[in-house]
Amino acid sequence: MSDRPLVIEKTRIVDPARGLDAVGTIIAVDGRIAAAGPDALNQGRPDGATVIDGQGLAVLPGLVDARVFIGEPGGEHRETIASASAAAAAGGVTSILTMPDTNPVIDDVAIAEFVMRTARETALVNVFPAAALTKGLAGKDMTEIGLLADAGVRAFTEGRKTLADPALMRRIMTYARDFGAVVMHETQDAALAGHGVMNEGLLASWLGLPGIPGEAEIIPLERDLRLAALTGCRYHAAKISLGESAAVLSAAKRRGVAATAGVSINHLALNENDVGQYRTFFRLSPPLRREEDRLAMVDALANGTIDIIVSSHDPQDADDKRRPFAEAEAGAIGLETLLPAALRLHHSGAVPLMRIVEAMTAAPAKLLGIDRGTLKPGAPADLALVDLDRPFVFSEELIRSRSKNSAFENARFEGQVLRTVVSGRTVFEAAGE
Amino acid sequence: MIAPAQRPDARRHLLGIGGLSPQEITALLDLSEAEVAVSRQTEKKKSVLKGRTQINLFFEASTRTQSSFELAGKRLGADVMNMSVASSSVKKGETLIDTAMTLNAMQPDILIVRHHSAGAVALLAQKVACSVVNAGDGAHEHPTQALLDALTIRRHKGRIARLIVAICGDVLHSRVARSNILLLNALGAEVRVVAPSTLLPSGIEEMGVRVFRRMDEGLKNADVVMMLRLQRERMEGAFVPSVREYFRYFGLDAAKLAHAKPDALVMHPGPMNRGVEIASEIADGPRSVIEEQVEMGVAVRMAVIETLLARAEGNT
Repeated sequence: MSDRPLVIEKTRIVDPARGLDAVGTIIAVDGRIAAAGPDALNQGRPDGATVIDGQGLAVLPGLVDARVFIGEPGGEHRETIASASAAAAAGGVTSILTMPDTNPVIDDVAIAEFVMRTARETALVNVFPAAALTKGLAGKDMTEIGLLADAGVRAFTEGRKTLADPALMRRIMTYARDFGAVVMHETQDAALAGHGVMNEGLLASWLGLPGIPGEAEIIPLERDLRLAALTGCRYHAAKISLGESAAVLSAAKRRGVAATAGVSINHLALNENDVGQYRTFFRLSPPLRREEDRLAMVDALANGTIDIIVSSHDPQDADDKRRPFAEAEAGAIGLETLLPAALRLHHSGAVPLMRIVEAMTAAPAKLLGIDRGTLKPGAPADLALVDLDRPFVFSEELIRSRSKNSAFENARFEGQVLRTVVSGRTVFEAAGE
Repeated sequence: MIAPAQRPDARRHLLGIGGLSPQEITALLDLSEAEVAVSRQTEKKKSVLKGRTQINLFFEASTRTQSSFELAGKRLGADVMNMSVASSSVKKGETLIDTAMTLNAMQPDILIVRHHSAGAVALLAQKVACSVVNAGDGAHEHPTQALLDALTIRRHKGRIARLIVAICGDVLHSRVARSNILLLNALGAEVRVVAPSTLLPSGIEEMGVRVFRRMDEGLKNADVVMMLRLQRERMEGAFVPSVREYFRYFGLDAAKLAHAKPDALVMHPGPMNRGVEIASEIADGPRSVIEEQVEMGVAVRMAVIETLLARAEGNT
């Protein structure tokens, strides 16, 4: 590692893995954290170090985003691994779990290795490909879970899809358990959701849009949790959106089911009213729900029922979004706004900063079994230097993602990433820093 | 009731009843009365829109509505062009924007647009420089239908306020129902809907209506009975079990109509499914104003086109 050592002094260090929130110094040498804490300077600065005054700023472990859709291979016009990694770096995200909904689908070792190789050659951040549960995401034959896990695949997921067949789901979970593989699953019953394009209710009814009832999420979630109990599989509900889902999950956890859950930042920050008059950038899956559900998601995050926050970054090109609402593709980009949007919960006092950061660092790192998401000595030096209070407007020209479908276009945030470091190397610096 | 929000540029377009004030609705109805007189003259043509171009852009086939708009434009003296875009050849909304740009380049003064997707007409309106009239967008709105219904009612009853209007049938998929619920509420009517729950949208109780699941209760003392069309693909098991069961419980026949006031009007936006939502004897009976609705349609569309173009040209 040719990079010079990095020292960030007099900064607030927030490291949930160690329960540390204190002012101190961070020293990174040879790509790893050498020391991080109030006493880190006891042994002095390493020679030739780049020294940054971190006064008034905070250093967080680099964020680990466990749900990122990318267009490579097959949809490079929407996003490449390189462009997604640039967006991630700008958002303080240093590790991403990429979804298998590509063309071809990431369902065998060769394709997973292609992604890992492309990432090594082109990406600014760490890229971990997730593999499909079934070949071709066809919902029929299970993938080579063992071989894929041995090749370095950290999680298995059907991407945007939910497996309809409970017997197949059970067999996959049973098999995955033997390899200790994590099964991540979006839970939306395709038949019950039907042609629905937004949350079912009064708003959808006035707009004349078909709605998706909450039960379309709750029923497969309950099924999966029962199968997780039956099989002992390590199960992760990828994106829940309803207060009722949190209640179901909490009850399963109390029964001892080895389950975790994620929520997208969109469902913590937005609600169905944001759809307004057919604004397609707010067409998401699961759909944005009622304000009561958003508040329930915030509570579930605060009390630990929800384990992690994801961006659910999902680039769509303009042609696929500039359509009538029901014909537009679902999804919004989110890597660059994950942290600033999450910090709204800190500024409003809804969730303690430590818990918010944990849900985007230590918790997803643990879920994926990677040695990142922490600033403890010896860990890879992945970190984000953040001004937690600096206001900014997320205007379109800031967007680094190849697609511009942000649900936070022109949103006002407090909390800006000033510098992002991956394995000791600076991969992003905010303009003017 | 939460009324849908109005777009800032709404005055140039008619995208829905949502956002129109009672005064604006009444003004349109008043002008429509004058247009009825024009249509009943031997000389049916005005020259107020001489030299203006109207394009009817129908992404969803509709002979009746398209003809009505065509006649309205021609009676005002405009040059009218019809463009039917078969939905099979429409590659989703991609070509919607493309089509909008193409038509815009032809410098029309007004576009009349029907589309199978809710919100599509508003999307198109953002991309063109001329006025746009929504001739029906998915299950969202069909404002000229609600206006012509109101005109028909007003001509018979003298007012809309305090009348009991029962809207019966497939409210779930109906843009006609949504526009009528908005308009009738704006003008102070008591609006009821009568349908099996499988044909009612979620949250209907909060849409400013009283909800009934039985025709005898829903039609009790009604001044107006407005029937909705039930699409064929929905009547054989998908939303209701069968035509005969639907007709038995929700089809308008003499026995059910007897619960309404003796002088109640029977309305239908057309085209009718005789023997499904309405019995032939009622559709053709003395209380039916269904044909008159068609006549009022031309008048209302004349009034809408004339009003929007006058506004666009700064004459009001």
